[in-house]
Amino acid sequence: MVDRRDVRPESGDLDTSRRSFLSRLWLGLGGLALAEYLWLTVEFLRPRKGPREEAGVLVAGPVDRFDPGSVTAFPAGRFYLTRLTDGGFLAVSRECTHLGCTVPWMADESQFVCPCHSSAYDIRGDVINPPAPRALDLHPVRIENGIVKVDTARTVKRSHFEASQVARA
Amino acid sequence: MRIWKSVFPAPIAPRTERERKRVVLNHLLIHMRPVRVPERTLPFRHTFGLGGMAATLVGLLVLTGVLLMFVYEPSPDRAYASIQSLRREVRFGGLVRNVHYWSANLLVVITFFHLLRTFFTGAFHGARQFNWVLGVLLLLVVLAANFTGYLLPWDQLSFWAITIVTGMLDYVPLIGDGLVRVARGGAEIGAATLINFYTFHTTVIPVTLVGLMAFHFWRVRKAGGVVIPLEPDDDPEARPATTLFVPSLLLREFVTGLALVALVMVLAVAVDAGLGVPANPGMSPNPAKAPWYFLGLQELLLHFHPTWAVVVLPGLALLGLLAIPYLRYEEPLEGRWFVSETGRSLAVAGALAALALTPLWVLLDEYVTRWSEWLGGLPPGLAEGLVPAMVALGLTWAVIRLAGRQYGGNRQEILQAGFAFLATALVILTAVGVWFRGEGMALTWPWAP
Repeated sequence: MVDRRDVRPESGDLDTSRRSFLSRLWLGLGGLALAEYLWLTVEFLRPRKGPREEAGVLVAGPVDRFDPGSVTAFPAGRFYLTRLTDGGFLAVSRECTHLGCTVPWMADESQFVCPCHSSAYDIRGDVINPPAPRALDLHPVRIENGIVKVDTARTVKRSHFEASQVARA
Repeated sequence: MRIWKSVFPAPIAPRTERERKRVVLNHLLIHMRPVRVPERTLPFRHTFGLGGMAATLVGLLVLTGVLLMFVYEPSPDRAYASIQSLRREVRFGGLVRNVHYWSANLLVVITFFHLLRTFFTGAFHGARQFNWVLGVLLLLVVLAANFTGYLLPWDQLSFWAITIVTGMLDYVPLIGDGLVRVARGGAEIGAATLINFYTFHTTVIPVTLVGLMAFHFWRVRKAGGVVIPLEPDDDPEARPATTLFVPSLLLREFVTGLALVALVMVLAVAVDAGLGVPANPGMSPNPAKAPWYFLGLQELLLHFHPTWAVVVLPGLALLGLLAIPYLRYEEPLEGRWFVSETGRSLAVAGALAALALTPLWVLLDEYVTRWSEWLGGLPPGLAEGLVPAMVALGLTWAVIRLAGRQYGGNRQEILQAGFAFLATALVILTAVGVWFRGEGMALTWPWAP
């Protein structure tokens, strides 16, 4: 492959005849065309926004619709809105952090249990049982005029639960 | 007659030796083959015809794949339904899909066997060095073809298998998150994933596969055909006795191909590829498993820290595989199976050691080993990753050293012990993943309810 610098005449070998300069130019242009096509390929394979991210902010409903200690599924947003016993809100992704299976909420055990490989999380998304390496992802929650809104376009990764992650009315 | 001769310059049914040579020279497909081949290379048990079998399967896959493309619709709304209508409404639809399914799965197995055959007959020296690399690339392309095809039925099995394998990419340090998004064409598996996989499966991968195959075959020709099995007291300089390609080798290849096609047909008729319930992104099945050829990898995840299971160990294995022809050997030994009696003993020793140690490791890890507790204080990357990986690599090394001490042998023969050990371990890990993992990936018996 010809080095791109050789295409420019001023940096080429001074003895280079016109013929070899032109053939190098063609080679360089061919390389350029190839690079352009590769670039196009990369652009076309660039991840696009899925339905969840397109949706943007999802309006979950008024604060008092959710009882403390409850977990409500939002299948369209692919998350659970959990209300902690102290009244704070978390929008917990339903995607297991181990390999991406969907975790159901087991109300009688008060935990999320992954059916694929038995990872378990508490209501805050913290890991109770491995192999999950970290807590469930979060979506930012805002509470405006008593209405809970979840920004599903953004996903926040975390290693474990911290009090600062909780949204409060 | 004049026009016929212009289209078919070679005799259709050659009778004399001269006509047979002309067939090879004047036939578009056959002229890729030599006119004469060494007699010694002909017996079936020298190569088992594995390369030819793989090519035959690729042919079947192209033929059936094109037919399937007429019916299949690559969108989440229509994919599953189009396969249903293929099975119900298209005459021979289910059969063609089954032939595609069985050819694809057999291709993984045959390609793996072909790799074993090439290694254990020492066919990676000199002119064959780079062709070994091409073969490894072909194996990767075959796996990519299988993997991209796995998603297309869009049933629960395919959806969650692809979820799990693309999820493994998340464990690649630094760029894992981005890799997952690229592999899925977005944050989660959906329409973008399906169309990307479909396009790779039906265009990029087949073209790459056939191109690499042509390169691979050409390199075999350049190396003078397949390796010739020389006995120890043979003169390596002597020209080997040869025989005509037509009919000696052509007929053998034709018979092998036909027998394979018959086997695929029997399997396709007897065992249906199946179609589960439609994919439901909201409900994961228990257990969720990767496609069978990646279950060895998923099994590693149960025993090592994810970065080690997904990146380091497979990366080392691939590098090692690519390095095999470029290692320094005392002398290039090639042709005979296991290259010598010592080589055979070493290979058997390696395989037997893996047969004993791999299940033992799986059982110990399930019931006894608690790396994190034993090595309290170490970060998980070390306690669950580096330490067990070093123990496993140390075991491999010990097996090679002990076998070498027991049987002697030169570098290539001793390498066979290590290769047999790791190949057998991979097969066992895969088998454990396929048959011995039940709900929550806990160990179970295959016949357990």
